[in-house]
Amino acid sequence: MESSGGEEPESLDADAGDPIAVSHAYPWIVRPLVRAAYWLEDRTGLWETFGPMLHHPVPRKAGWMYVFGSATLMAFIIQVVTGVALATIYVPSTSQAYSTLQFITHGAPFGRVLRGLHFYGASAMILLVGLHMIRVYLTAAYKYPRAVNWLTGIVLLFLTIGMGFTGQLLRWDQDGVWSVVVAAEQAGRVPLVGHYMAHLVMGGETVGGTTLSRFFAIHVFLIPGMIFGFVALHLFLVLRHGISEPPKSGEPVDPKTYRRKYQELLKNEGVPFWPDAAWRDVIFSFVVCLTVLILAVTIGPPELNKPPDPTVITAVPRPDWYFFWYFSLMALLPHGSEKYLLWVLPLALMLVPTFLPLLFNKGERSIAKRPWAPIIVLITVVTIIALWRLGIQAPWTPHFDTPPLSAAIVNSDDPAVQRGAQLFHDKACLYCHLVDGQGGLRGPDLTHVADRLTREQLIWRISNGGYNMPGFTYNLNAKGMGDIIAFLQSRTPTSAISLPITAVTRQ
Amino acid sequence: MSTEPNQPEAGKKPQLPQPSEKTPRSAPDARMLRRRKFLNGLCIGVGTVSLGSIFWAVIGFMLAPLEDEPAGTWRSVGKVEDFKIGSTSIVKLEDASSVPWAGYAGKTAAWLRRDGESEFTCFSVNCTHLGCPVRWIETAELFMCPCHGGVYYKDGSVAAGPPPEPLPQYKVRVFNGSVQVLASPVPITHGAG
Repeated sequence: MESSGGEEPESLDADAGDPIAVSHAYPWIVRPLVRAAYWLEDRTGLWETFGPMLHHPVPRKAGWMYVFGSATLMAFIIQVVTGVALATIYVPSTSQAYSTLQFITHGAPFGRVLRGLHFYGASAMILLVGLHMIRVYLTAAYKYPRAVNWLTGIVLLFLTIGMGFTGQLLRWDQDGVWSVVVAAEQAGRVPLVGHYMAHLVMGGETVGGTTLSRFFAIHVFLIPGMIFGFVALHLFLVLRHGISEPPKSGEPVDPKTYRRKYQELLKNEGVPFWPDAAWRDVIFSFVVCLTVLILAVTIGPPELNKPPDPTVITAVPRPDWYFFWYFSLMALLPHGSEKYLLWVLPLALMLVPTFLPLLFNKGERSIAKRPWAPIIVLITVVTIIALWRLGIQAPWTPHFDTPPLSAAIVNSDDPAVQRGAQLFHDKACLYCHLVDGQGGLRGPDLTHVADRLTREQLIWRISNGGYNMPGFTYNLNAKGMGDIIAFLQSRTPTSAISLPITAVTRQ
Repeated sequence: MSTEPNQPEAGKKPQLPQPSEKTPRSAPDARMLRRRKFLNGLCIGVGTVSLGSIFWAVIGFMLAPLEDEPAGTWRSVGKVEDFKIGSTSIVKLEDASSVPWAGYAGKTAAWLRRDGESEFTCFSVNCTHLGCPVRWIETAELFMCPCHGGVYYKDGSVAAGPPPEPLPQYKVRVFNGSVQVLASPVPITHGAG
């Protein structure tokens, strides 16, 4: 590692002087390292190339709002590292994936923590990519000249969502199997090519031996490769255009003058990215890592659902938490509209942000002059959270396991009422209606229904059904109808005993 | 978009490596220019052919699921007498084109009803909304979906909830005393628009 042979060319940095001489300025113990560094730099020029990038000037006032992008990258790095480790045991075969995951979770040393890191790392990445997007939108950093920064970010957002979807599926438990079918059905709604897209999703006409290995390749090679490429482009653009300065009201972006103004700003009050701004990124990324680690160690990864047997039809398929809001949306779309919305919605979710920087590339950036921006963000976030909470409850899911009403709840000596109560369970009414805190949540609570509806109204409703309720004309004989009506007419505040509404059975 | 030059102050903003100015461009005579033009085209053409020749096979391999697979295969799901007239029960069958390593995934389920001596009806378990597995509730004579609350009547017609179409049916036949179901693709509801 001698760096100063007689035939060596002159040092690459005229100011650096002789490496040997320079290294003497350091304690003797690090001198070989200093010389090695000089040798490496002379042979590679890495520092000469990348050093200036690290020290590129950034606006001084960039603060804690600017840390989400680097933290998303940190989360991605966690995913790459833990993913590579998981792949050393995971077998992407439909017959074996489940048992290898059981082994990783419960047998392999550190396996549980590793799966936890990968799960919470994924959750962090999705949350952070969302926060990063909100910050960029609120500060209108997508305006001139940073349109392609934003567009590559949108691509990265959808690649991240793609990683989330394919990742939850690789768990290859019951939810994993049905995720594939649900995705294929959604792809199938696309006009003209939907049929083919559905078959591409499943890797054939059914969920079979080639389904999982296909998703594995997409999850570990294809999408990560694309993410690496787009992150490189995204970062290159951040360096090329500089990070956006915090917006000021009354200073609109004018493409004719923006670049000159930005350069002046950097000249007057720019600071080197490293370490003046980077320290916040480092600290925040550390907090992200620490949070992911603590969650992985304390809570651990989600337990595997039942084995991935498509013939077990008692499955109650659910997506991972980050898709709960979409899962809810699918239940709430007006009937019939889903034929269009199932493909129009995702398309709109992609197109709207794509056109944003193309249509609005100049003008004010401050939210003081863009009052719609925070309102749009607020509405979007509140909608997602509301749908998400609803998704956890999933009131539209029949409560298949709910037992018949107890004698205490029925609270009647009338045999017709008792038979009606039994029928109310057997005809699956109770799967969707609450009575004294027991039953499903889809339809109205019928604890006091006799106060609201007359006998005739009850018969009409039961016979004809409703938007989300089957009509029972052919599923109930006259005697059965009479018994159920007797039972429902006994549901009044005076007849019903008051039980705490806590016994709502969950699936 | 503006054509404003983006020339940072010298020495203030680090520059990414630029193409070297030392590229020999001195005195390009007409012959040399023609040669460069030719080499430019040659490299792009040969490069495209090189990559294309590889991707041709890769894309063909990846798009293989698009090929129409052969018509389904009849799979026996039990003897006729195993099924009570009027009853609806779950049957399990192997997919039409299952591979040896498919394990769990090589199988599928269906709801089979015996309507008469030798009449059977076989329903897909996949809800037409998003494909989740519907359950037959015997006492209520309804198929109910656990995902978004779709409900179907006994004959598979939509009773309530979001399903856009009736529950699909598989072909079923009685052959040598066995009930056979035609193993078919997962039914995909097609969109409109």
